[in-house]
Amino acid sequence: MRSFSYERVTDPRTACAAVAAHPDSKFISGGTNLIDLMRLEIERPTHLIDISRLPLTAIEELPQGQLRIGASARNSDVAANPLVRKRYPVLTEALLAGASGQLRNKASVGGNLLQRTRCHYFYDTAAGCNKRQPGAGCAALSGANRNHAILGASDACIATHPSDMAVALTALRATISMLSPETTTRDMPIGEFYRLPGTTPHIETNLAAGELITAVTVPPPPPGGQRYRKVRDRTSYEFALVSVAVILAIEGDNTITEARVAFGGVAHVPWRSTEAETALRGRPAIPATYQAAADIAIEGAVGRGDNDFKIQLARNTLRHTLADVAATTDRRSS
Amino acid sequence: MADETDLNTVEHKDSEESEYRVALTVNGQLYHLTLDPRTSLLDLLREHIRLTGTKKGCDHGQCGACTILVGGRRITSCLTLAVMHDGDDIVTIEGLGSPDALHPLQAAFIERDAFQCGYCTPGQICSAVGMLAEACAGWPSHATADVGSDHVELTPSEIRERMSGNICRCAAYPNIVAAIRDVSEGATQ
Repeated sequence: MRSFSYERVTDPRTACAAVAAHPDSKFISGGTNLIDLMRLEIERPTHLIDISRLPLTAIEELPQGQLRIGASARNSDVAANPLVRKRYPVLTEALLAGASGQLRNKASVGGNLLQRTRCHYFYDTAAGCNKRQPGAGCAALSGANRNHAILGASDACIATHPSDMAVALTALRATISMLSPETTTRDMPIGEFYRLPGTTPHIETNLAAGELITAVTVPPPPPGGQRYRKVRDRTSYEFALVSVAVILAIEGDNTITEARVAFGGVAHVPWRSTEAETALRGRPAIPATYQAAADIAIEGAVGRGDNDFKIQLARNTLRHTLADVAATTDRRSS
Repeated sequence: MADETDLNTVEHKDSEESEYRVALTVNGQLYHLTLDPRTSLLDLLREHIRLTGTKKGCDHGQCGACTILVGGRRITSCLTLAVMHDGDDIVTIEGLGSPDALHPLQAAFIERDAFQCGYCTPGQICSAVGMLAEACAGWPSHATADVGSDHVELTPSEIRERMSGNICRCAAYPNIVAAIRDVSEGATQ
């Protein structure tokens, strides 16, 4: 690991001032991804600003019924929070499907959003990787790409975003709050937060330099049932091959009135499928509807060889999860 | 604020300095140390205060051999910087029990023969201590059918899921699950 200087901050504005004062500095909170990347010298900050003790751990209901989750809240605390479990079970399920008990006890909400891909070639400093070293090429294109993206990828990068939490937050239409070094605040829907790789896969989000994530706000829970389904090579403690977050509301006459669909493991970003949502809304809650939604959700998917199987796996996972939520969700009388 | 009892303030001389003072409690004893900020909490325990019960396996947070308890919560000590733990209360395997007075989990691991080479065992036991506290607090897991339920029953599948962050290359898993189950059932009787 390269050497660095260190400071701890105890309020968000000081954190932003510190990052502005030090070029090549980074915030550190849980450290469960950053320290690993620093040990491998993929990340080489010269100064670390410890934000793990910022007073941003609260999980609180807002007057309009939203839930505001502080960026420093630990993943395990969010997953176990009674309001999250009761109103946003898809978020608890996604968090509990990720990492291990030890890592969830360290990892913060902000850090989870900003974690880097687990593409092997991003970690292998002997391999070409445009994300790690712009212009170096993408070894995954012709390499072992079983875990890689099938949607929204480019010839510069076919890496996937590794977060489970972000997939659930995408289905829930969460908003991310940020504080800039100029101490201005702004909110951004999670759907606008992440960037597709294009020709600049090293730029992964629309967070500006020195901006600090302070909170994630989830709108009041939509009607209907929620489910996070993750398919992976091991039963536990493994990243997704494909995952899906589904929210589905069905009226008494078996009509789908609201649908939210987001995928993990298939793209450089948590992948919301507005096409699948449109194909579900107003349609009867029957297998043919789920099949149509699954087909349209994956339309345009491109396999790269080893990951060709993900195209059918993603369809099947969505279709089964929709049927599962429909079967276990109370019908509201119309 | 900067008096000696304020353990939330890291004393560093200036940004050119490469060493930082840290005070933390390990197994009830307070330690004052001067550290390179790159020092992991794991290396602080093993190399600086010579508590070698905590093991270094992968050093990437993947194997769980370095699991310890910080403020009662289990974490992997390899993926955290020692300077970030100024003022923290840490318990390692050495602090759980002694040869004359084993922790119930230590006794259960021996009774159930829950290891072969033993390298992962300190991490397994510290992880199990943290895991049982999480279950006691009603935390659900990926194996819990209804995450909204407050009731946690530590079935074998629940124990396996909750302990998945601890790898055992000797594959003593059936006996590890049995040992943990013995303690969890004993605790609820």
